[in-house]
Amino acid sequence: MSDILLNIENLEAWYGDAKVLHGISFGLKRGEVIALIGANGAGKSTLLRSICGLMKKKTGTISFDGTVISGRQANEIVGLGIAMVPEGRRLFPSLSVEENLLVGGNTGRKGPWSLKAVYELFPVLRERRHTPSTALSGGQQQMVAIGRGLMSNPDLILLDELSLGLAPIIIKDIYELLPKIIGNGLTAILVEQDVTRALASSQQFLCLQEGKITLEGEPQAFSRDQISAAYFGM
Amino acid sequence: MVWVNIIIQGILVGGLYALFAAGLSLIFGVMRLVNIAHGDLIVAAAFLSLAIVQASGINPLASLLIVVPLAMAFGYGLQRGILNRTLGKDILPPLLVTFGLSVILQNGLLELFTADSRKLNAGLIETASFPLLPGVAIGYLPLLQFAVAVIVIWGLQYLFYNTSLGRAFRATSDDPETALLMGLDQRKVYAWAMALCLGVVAIAGVFLGIRSNFDPFMGPGRLIFGFEAVIIGGLGNLWGTLLGGVVLGVAQAIGAQINPGWQLLAGHLVFLLVLAFRPRGLFPKVDG
Amino acid sequence: MNTTITRSTTASRVSAFIALALIAVLIVAPWWGTTSTLRLVGEFMVYLALASLWNLLAGYTGLVSVGQQAYVGLGSYALVALAMFAGIHPLLAVPIVGLAGVLVALPVGKLVFRLQGAYFAIGTWVVAEVFRLVAAQITAMGGGSGTSLPVGVLRAMAETKFWREASIYWLALALGVGALALVYGLLRSRVGLALTAIRDSEVASSSLGISISRIKYAVYVAVAGMTAMIGSLIALQKIRVSPDAAFSVNDWTAFVIFIVVIGGIGTIEGPIIGTIVYFVLREFLADLGSIYLLILGALAIVIMLLAPKGIWGYVAARWNISLFPTGYRVNEKD
Repeated sequence: MSDILLNIENLEAWYGDAKVLHGISFGLKRGEVIALIGANGAGKSTLLRSICGLMKKKTGTISFDGTVISGRQANEIVGLGIAMVPEGRRLFPSLSVEENLLVGGNTGRKGPWSLKAVYELFPVLRERRHTPSTALSGGQQQMVAIGRGLMSNPDLILLDELSLGLAPIIIKDIYELLPKIIGNGLTAILVEQDVTRALASSQQFLCLQEGKITLEGEPQAFSRDQISAAYFGM
Repeated sequence: MVWVNIIIQGILVGGLYALFAAGLSLIFGVMRLVNIAHGDLIVAAAFLSLAIVQASGINPLASLLIVVPLAMAFGYGLQRGILNRTLGKDILPPLLVTFGLSVILQNGLLELFTADSRKLNAGLIETASFPLLPGVAIGYLPLLQFAVAVIVIWGLQYLFYNTSLGRAFRATSDDPETALLMGLDQRKVYAWAMALCLGVVAIAGVFLGIRSNFDPFMGPGRLIFGFEAVIIGGLGNLWGTLLGGVVLGVAQAIGAQINPGWQLLAGHLVFLLVLAFRPRGLFPKVDG
Repeated sequence: MNTTITRSTTASRVSAFIALALIAVLIVAPWWGTTSTLRLVGEFMVYLALASLWNLLAGYTGLVSVGQQAYVGLGSYALVALAMFAGIHPLLAVPIVGLAGVLVALPVGKLVFRLQGAYFAIGTWVVAEVFRLVAAQITAMGGGSGTSLPVGVLRAMAETKFWREASIYWLALALGVGALALVYGLLRSRVGLALTAIRDSEVASSSLGISISRIKYAVYVAVAGMTAMIGSLIALQKIRVSPDAAFSVNDWTAFVIFIVVIGGIGTIEGPIIGTIVYFVLREFLADLGSIYLLILGALAIVIMLLAPKGIWGYVAARWNISLFPTGYRVNEKD
């Protein structure tokens, strides 16, 4: 078993004719949490979407646990062990809390996560298990989205903007649970607008600016000014 | 007493109309597709049963064991092979392709079976009845047909709300892209939905053929009955569709009693009235 | 550098000239053609008109109607009724029939517009069915078997067979060319611009203040009126009306849809090409009866899946031609 779980080589991606990712290359070690930071439109979500198979127009190689996944369909990729918690949650409105979680477990992968385990992590969801997912608060919806991703027992979880649209106190609560979420040696890529929080929760980070990597490494190795410069492209 | 009889007959035939409609409702709910060939597929199922009955001599009701699986397989293939390619933002391709399919089915059936009017013979059950009240007899066949409609609709509801396939249908219908992230391939999900729809269509077709005469051109009429039942009952509500079928059946029965030439008109009139005054139907689901 | 903005292209100017020449030749056809020539051109005009109008509805306004036969039949019956019971000269009755079509479409449109997309389509079909069933109940017009245009009416149109045939033929020519001209004129106008905007993006265009529902409704009603007039022409051509023939889905909708889809939906040239293809195919395949329809159906499916823009759509995109330009071109000359 190699140490590198996810390897990306020279990834370039387009929305229509507009190129949004330029020559992205990096490797993610098993069990690592890597933060992906950058301004709006820098390409963070695009990168995650490329990994989980939602970007149609791309070149370059993405390999996961030794298998090349860059040409695969998104529904196959989740079966291989990558789960995506999408930006904006994207819960299924016709489904209840429990049904959303059950759909997350659709691939039937075995592992520590189950309905019971998710309810232990987020007890408030058990109380609201039959509520339509749209009737929940933003924070609760985020919990469902995370739980749904965990239900597929992934080896790599992609967390896209967990704090989007949430009140600060809710964000704090969710981040306090982060170690429990990515305990069990789960590898994670964390996309986050809140740079301080992102860097505090990760062992490595990547800074994107206009689709290119401008800085990478361990958070404590750089000063705030260096990170700002990379963030804003100065 | 005559009127009680009429209304009961209308209610029971409403079950058949609900069967016509159930498949339409299902497919629209899952993939926003309206299959113009739906009625023709019902008629084709009746003809398939006819062919099997003629070849083997078994009872048409028994032929369901063969017709339903065959129809489901056809539905799966039709969706994966052709209809999946038409889905998208534009409403024209699915409409025009299914319209072409409708024409092909009608003329194909015409070529294979001629324009002669046919009927499926189910034996004694067709005429057997039991008296409910003095002067009111209920036929076993219409009762069976209604019961089957209730069972099918109950079955579909159960499937939709209590099984993983049902969750897959609803999730894919909500958000096909996020459904991909759950491992759901929408091409397969839609194909299973169409397979299920054609299973119901097959049941509807066989009962149609037993109940009355049929010919290759009856399809559009059945599509219209199904469609009217869905609109009267309310979009997105299968039990509402059953009720819509019943309303339609009763309207037609009353119309026919007043004047035989008014049977269909009475049904259409009720449909138009519901459209005019309750455009969302009698029991719409609060749906997008 | 001298920049000019024009609306026409070389191709369109050439084809305009050819079209005018063709129309001139067709106008004098009663003198050089036989009865069957006149009949064929007359039928061609009927389908050309119906196809152009259906294309306007479905290809530009986004209203896919499977029930235009309601107005065709209405027009046929209205003409015969006006001639038989009100003694109106058939040619004068045609515009009245058009008005009748508009008046009927006003409430019908309100009703069917409560439905969307494919449900709208089936709704229009139901309306046509209702019209058909009602017509079959009118005993004064022959009930289910229909009735013929009285000989007296025909004789009142014109004294001799020659002039009768010529009048009906010129009416056909007028309606065929007229429908095409109406569609073209509409699409070149501001309404046409609005329609194209709506077709490209409903959300964007409504945010610009374009009242989508009003434009759609107006187009639906206008098309209904014209379709009714074509129905009255058909009654004159066939001299007979019956519920099943006048309100036939096959004749007035299925064939029309195939013509538009195969020719090129959403283009003005498409219906012309489609009608030509339809008549050519009919020449060779009509003997096959239902197999012919099977082929048409299969062809429509194949085209919709592989070349959704139809024959003209493919040609226009490949060679960048437009014979009926509705846009603007910037020409730069040094």
